Amino acid sequence: MAEQRDGCAFVSGASRGIGAAIARGLAADGWAVGIGYNSSADAATAVVGQIEAAGGHALALGGDMIDRERIDAHFSALEERFGPVLVLVNNAGVRADGLAPQIRDRDWDLVLDTNLTAAFRATRRAIPTMLRARQGRIVNIASVVGLRANPGQSNYAASKAGLIAMTKTVAAEVARRGVTVNAVAPGLINTDMTADLDGALLAAVPARRAGTPEEVASCVRFLVSDAASYVTGAVLSVDGGLSA
Amino acid sequence: MAATATPEAVEARIVEALASFGPDIEQVTREATFEELDIDSLDLVELAQIVEDDYGVELKGDDMKNLKTVGDAIELVVARAS
Repeated sequence: MAEQRDGCAFVSGASRGIGAAIARGLAADGWAVGIGYNSSADAATAVVGQIEAAGGHALALGGDMIDRERIDAHFSALEERFGPVLVLVNNAGVRADGLAPQIRDRDWDLVLDTNLTAAFRATRRAIPTMLRARQGRIVNIASVVGLRANPGQSNYAASKAGLIAMTKTVAAEVARRGVTVNAVAPGLINTDMTADLDGALLAAVPARRAGTPEEVASCVRFLVSDAASYVTGAVLSVDGGLSA
Repeated sequence: MAATATPEAVEARIVEALASFGPDIEQVTREATFEELDIDSLDLVELAQIVEDDYGVELKGDDMKNLKTVGDAIELVVARAS
């Protein structure tokens, strides 16, 4: 465990997969961490338990991140328990795949709302505190499909490309206050969310293997660290060469 | 928590906050424009957060767009806080 930091981090979608690995990693770096989850309360509690067992601090925060009042309640709960939220990782994401003619309005809306709109609203809630603190780190978990076509994911790709554009724009807005905003674009990563994908995508990965959640988390930890103080508006691909 | 928003207290807090963004505190008069003080839109966003934290007054979007001078900001906050 690193020395405990002032303030705290909030990771959305942190009960499983990449989000859970990021939360454990930030906790190991000394951040008290808010574990956002939507439906997996038991899994979120388990992540909190793992962090506390390792000597860290964490708080599980349940509810749909598209709900504006819920986002505000999460931030308020973290501020009360751990102090200002100085690190925000917008990781919560869903897929609802299909070729464009088959994507229903509700699947388009669900993916855009969860992956992009909720990330914006959390960012909007986080920034004023970071501006006043003259420090802050926002990391948006995008995707290789925000950079490179993957048929069957027009909604997911649009949400992730939007997240990348938002990352760059907000980064430019707040850079002179010591607040950085970056994106990480994972490729094929072994998680529950990718368990149903067939081998075609894997065959396209130059590294010839899927990545691990920890390999994504290590890049997020770098972007959150003091070592990345001059990195902002960047998109860091973590994809075994898939987008190269 | 919300401080008492007397006009004098609001003026002192706003002048102090604006001076922290760069200009000398003597330059921050009620008549000074944000343009003259080199106070930009991001500074005003931060000022809005300070006002919200200290006085519980929320300033959003259009509220800020019409502010030209330090006096405009003081009068808006005093009016909203009363």
